[in-house]
Amino acid sequence: MVERPARLPALPASVIGADGVTLSPAPDGARFVFRGPEGAAQAADEAWGTPLSRVACRATMAMGRAALWLGPDEWLLLAPGEEPETVAAQLAARLPGIGHALVDVSHRQTALILSGVLAETVLAGGNPLDLDIGAFPVGMCTRTLLGKSEIVLWRTGRETFHIEVWRSFAPYVCEFLREHMREFGG
Amino acid sequence: MLLIPCPYCGERPELEFRYGGQAHIARPENPAALSEEDWAGFLYMRDNEKGVHAERWRHVHGCARFFNVVRDTTTDRILGSYKAGETRPETLR
Ligand SMILES: [Zn+2]
Repeated sequence: MVERPARLPALPASVIGADGVTLSPAPDGARFVFRGPEGAAQAADEAWGTPLSRVACRATMAMGRAALWLGPDEWLLLAPGEEPETVAAQLAARLPGIGHALVDVSHRQTALILSGVLAETVLAGGNPLDLDIGAFPVGMCTRTLLGKSEIVLWRTGRETFHIEVWRSFAPYVCEFLREHMREFGG
Repeated sequence: MLLIPCPYCGERPELEFRYGGQAHIARPENPAALSEEDWAGFLYMRDNEKGVHAERWRHVHGCARFFNVVRDTTTDRILGSYKAGETRPETLR
């Protein structure tokens, strides 16, 4: 039996609440960065269960899994609640002989959910994008910056954002958002 | 804040980008055949244009791709952008 080192959570377990905005940890699971040319992407469409978006900065979702466009040949694959090793083996089995890169980033990243009518306002405290629903619609995702940290920002609902962040930056991002929530009683 | 048009993502704030120097500088096919002056020229000598300049940018905190931008260095006005590997469009001279 292989003994594994304990993995401590990078985020506070509890929810941070304010008037009109809530910050909570997202469920853990398997995460991958998939890269490859169109042929590999086509194979991955089927293997992953939700077609990978060919439209820039858009995410697709099906059966609890998501695929986020990160670059013209790069996607972030999310499978909350699933085991990374199992998912990787399944994927690899369905991409035989097709050149691609599948990198397990399950331990590299963690995620936060920011939701509420003021979610947009709180994010705007440290993100330079236009987050209006017209400019950043539901389903849009992109790598960007929050304060000094790189994040992947994904709008999953009109008032809900999924924020992927590298583990070691997670406490910073969490505190940064908490700071901006203080204005609203957080 | 400058808005830089990424050929993949569209107009994005300059914070998400890194500058990559003058565009269209091809590495010599056979560096060993070059004189020291010519090699130094490839490595270090740049146009330092006052005016319209083709340059490389990387959308490092976005799609992470390199691409080319044509910018007026005196006004910072950006005339347009195109993907890495493409020739500079006639409209961006
Ligand atoms: Zn881009």
